[in-house]
Amino acid sequence: MINLTINGLELEVDKGTTILEAAKKLNFRIPTLCHHQDLCVAGNCRVCVVEQVGNRTLVAACATPVTEGMEINTNSLSVRTSRKHIIELLLSEHNADCTKCYKNGECELQSLANEYSVGDHIFLDLIVDHKSMIDMSSASIIKDDSKCIRCLRCVRTCEELQGVHALAVANKGSEQKISSFFDKPWREVICTNCGQCINRCPTGALVERNNIEDVWNAILDPEKHVVVQTAPAVRVSLGEALGFEAGHTVTGKMVSALKRIGFDSVLDTDFTADLTIIEEGTELLTRLKDVLVNKRDDVALPLTTSCSPGWIKFIEHIYPDFLKNVSTCKSPQQMFGALAKTYFAQKRKIDPKNIVSVSIMPCTAKKFEANRPEMRSSGFKDVDFVLTTRELARMVRQAGIDFMRLEDVNYDSIMGESSGASVIFGATGGVMEAALRTAYEIVTGREVPFKNLNIIPVRGMKGVKEASIKIDGCTDEWKFLEGVELKCAVAHGLVNAREVMEKVKKGDAGYHFIEIMACPGGCLGGGGQPIPTNSKIRAKRARAIYDEDMGKPIRKSHENPEIIQVYKDFLGTPNSHKSHELLHTHYKERNRY
Amino acid sequence: MKAQKIKRVDLIFDSTSTKEVLVKAIKMKPEEIIQEVLDSGLRGRGGAGFPTGLKWKYAASEKGAVKYIVCNADEGEPGTFKDRQILEDAPRKVYAGMAIAGRAIGAKQGYIYLRGEYRYLLFKLMEELVFFHSRLKELGYDFNIQFRMGSGAYICGEESALFESIEGRRGEPRNKPPFPTVSGLFGKPTVINNVETLVYTVEILDHGAKHFKEMGTSDSRGSKVFSISGDTPKPGIYELELGMTVERFVEEFGDGDTKAVQVGGASGFCVPRKKFRETIIGFEGVPTGGSMILFNSSRSMYNLLHNYLDFFDEESCGQCAPCRVGCQQLLQGVVSVKAGEKDSRYLDELVKLAKTMKIASKCGLGQSVGNAFRTIVEHFREEIIY
Ligand SMILES: Cc1cc2nc3c(=O)[nH]c(=O)nc-3n(C[C@H](O)[C@H](O)[C@H](O)COP(=O)(O)O)c2cc1C
Ligand code: SF4
Repeated sequence: MINLTINGLELEVDKGTTILEAAKKLNFRIPTLCHHQDLCVAGNCRVCVVEQVGNRTLVAACATPVTEGMEINTNSLSVRTSRKHIIELLLSEHNADCTKCYKNGECELQSLANEYSVGDHIFLDLIVDHKSMIDMSSASIIKDDSKCIRCLRCVRTCEELQGVHALAVANKGSEQKISSFFDKPWREVICTNCGQCINRCPTGALVERNNIEDVWNAILDPEKHVVVQTAPAVRVSLGEALGFEAGHTVTGKMVSALKRIGFDSVLDTDFTADLTIIEEGTELLTRLKDVLVNKRDDVALPLTTSCSPGWIKFIEHIYPDFLKNVSTCKSPQQMFGALAKTYFAQKRKIDPKNIVSVSIMPCTAKKFEANRPEMRSSGFKDVDFVLTTRELARMVRQAGIDFMRLEDVNYDSIMGESSGASVIFGATGGVMEAALRTAYEIVTGREVPFKNLNIIPVRGMKGVKEASIKIDGCTDEWKFLEGVELKCAVAHGLVNAREVMEKVKKGDAGYHFIEIMACPGGCLGGGGQPIPTNSKIRAKRARAIYDEDMGKPIRKSHENPEIIQVYKDFLGTPNSHKSHELLHTHYKERNRY
Repeated sequence: MKAQKIKRVDLIFDSTSTKEVLVKAIKMKPEEIIQEVLDSGLRGRGGAGFPTGLKWKYAASEKGAVKYIVCNADEGEPGTFKDRQILEDAPRKVYAGMAIAGRAIGAKQGYIYLRGEYRYLLFKLMEELVFFHSRLKELGYDFNIQFRMGSGAYICGEESALFESIEGRRGEPRNKPPFPTVSGLFGKPTVINNVETLVYTVEILDHGAKHFKEMGTSDSRGSKVFSISGDTPKPGIYELELGMTVERFVEEFGDGDTKAVQVGGASGFCVPRKKFRETIIGFEGVPTGGSMILFNSSRSMYNLLHNYLDFFDEESCGQCAPCRVGCQQLLQGVVSVKAGEKDSRYLDELVKLAKTMKIASKCGLGQSVGNAFRTIVEHFREEIIY
């Protein structure tokens, strides 16, 4: 234990504690900008400098471990002067046109400037031509260097959590900036559009390309029937942006708000999540049969999931040789889009050209995905606009809706019914768990051998999870699987995806099925989710997701009555010709540079 | 009363036999070597002036099988060129200093980080190194040295940025603590010393700590190699006893019209004529890594300041806010004042800013930008404004 004093108050803390953490224990908040709980310590913004008695210089509270007998002052004259200077300096290289900024009111630099009442503009304005500093080329992410304060949270995110290295530091001194490979436009680089950098950017330098106006225009167009789908992870996080604590599920209020905003049909991506399980489960079993029984060497195993468009772009860039291992299933969002303008249109007798399909996603990569040329199998753009959870929260506010007091409302039908298995798509391991619940039952006629159907080994926040299930007591059709130990892996965060793929590449993994989600924690930690995010918040969202699953009357995808109906009335059988046409896709190799 | 002349010294470039010193070092226990260096009072010659013996002692006390010795030959400070001369004329002494440091702390591997512009020296240095390695082998001395090249960034002379650079990353200073003696190159305990510091340790083992300690002052023991340039009739490299005043120095090297001396390069201090007498060149007064630039009355101190700020504006690594933005503000600030766009009182705001940079920047670069800025603005304010 280490003894020290902070602002004259004594305390004892563990060795290795930083001054920042120690001060927090005494209820002193030291301001920070470059610090983020998910990332390594940078110590470069210097906003957290404090006085250490006897030291020639101030020290960075986030980066300095406590030592015995240390005396710290967090609000001395030199600290206050330095801190104000630093905030002024950051503002001087920042395009502080706050009222026009998308992050107005949600910007950490802005609130710090407010807290320290800096507004006197002591220093010269260093931004000359801010218009030339914006990169709008990406479908998902807008990067505005004129608002960048070089805290490197984005660079560290891209490197440490995602292992993508799309964002990097270039040049030095006054020319230093966060850049792409050879300063290429954002759409041409290796960026996976996961948006994790956006989640951690303290200012408006990295934001999603927003489609709020497009969606309002569609809603307000009397000719259009606007269909909206909501992803599993949105219901457990939207509340955070509208006044609730993290971990509060707001499904019914969200549906109510969407109706009040004016969406014509409020439907659920969970429906196509269930559909994904049927299609992907069938694909897995077919591939197993092709490999084990038919001895086909043109069929690849392990099969990996394909729901996460960040993961898809990652593998297209980094492991193109393994694209044949990726399930051909479209993501639930895109399955939904394709059905909205075919099946739904037919059933509801609406001309598909008048349908505008909108999705609410925890994700920024979904914006890119919806714009892929492959995603037009309905004859139209399957999903017209993708909004992040954050954008929806903004629309709710714009519509003047008192969200916290809304009554709960149910989804519309058809394509609004879902099982508990689809809800857990929002958490890492959820797709795996949902798939196992169904596949095991198809093969054996019995439920998965886990208490309450909860497959605990694939849950939790461990970066890479491995599990295996021994299959026995197969029905006649699946006798070839008798005694097979089905080996699975689950990874979330692309750094972990890489770890799994390296194993696969070496050929010593022996996996049959792999679930990969680009974002830490899975979709619940997605790049389109409310800010802030950190491990505590992600854990709370996960808890909410599993509670929602437990509360559902139907827990298995194949028991969802609307799924049974869509096969009967429209698709025929799983992996049928029609489902291949509408629900499956293909991928393409992309350059690394 | 005529004061004493400046005392020339001849240690660094003398004909000490490195073989004899190495033989001596082998016979000594590591603690004895460290004690000798401690007793000499030698402080680092790279600029910061940390006691060399203490640095070695800290590194020696670290457990762990792998440790490193790094020779800082990045010599980037404007106005210094003495390390180049030492490497040209006495490379074996540099190598011997590293080997001795290695023995003292228990390191078997050394790296020399050579300034990119000195690549032309590399061929000869490598030839000497082959010879040196074979000599070590003869003596049964287990130590190996390798070269690593810099690429022209001033910041890579800062020790932790230098490690980053050797490790293959962007040369940016690290957070301290941990200090290099605990976690340096490749995360291992490391002693990093300037070229000249290492050579002095050889001389100290050769001539004894006492001989070295007798020279200089209580804060600045021994002698030092100076790189002298600017308005002087005899520019060049001189090894001089420490402790002289700027006045003595100017008497010896000035052209009769010296109005200011920049001691310690761009990151050092500007000493105006009226302060020559009271200012000692050394750790008790103005420290220097060796750079001494003289200016006579034909020089514009505005141009000088502008030049230094321009240098820092470009050479700051850019990672921390006070230094990256502060350098730009200082530079553009003096330009604005000169152009009359900003009131002269703005200089006072900038002096306050320079103070913030001194205490809030992450590394020695940002912390020392204010040295030249404050002294030039303080003593030559009219030249900056008009
Ligand atoms: C910006 C900056 C540049 C530096 N450049 C050099 C250099 O070129 N050569 C050098 O020996 N030390 C340089 N230093 C000092 C080193 O960080 C370090 O203190 C020194 O190499 C230690 O050696 P010494 O104790 O023998 O002086 C620099 C420091 C800073 C902050
Ligand atoms: S003080 Fe300057 S050179 Fe040093 S770390 Fe900060 S920005 Fe880089």
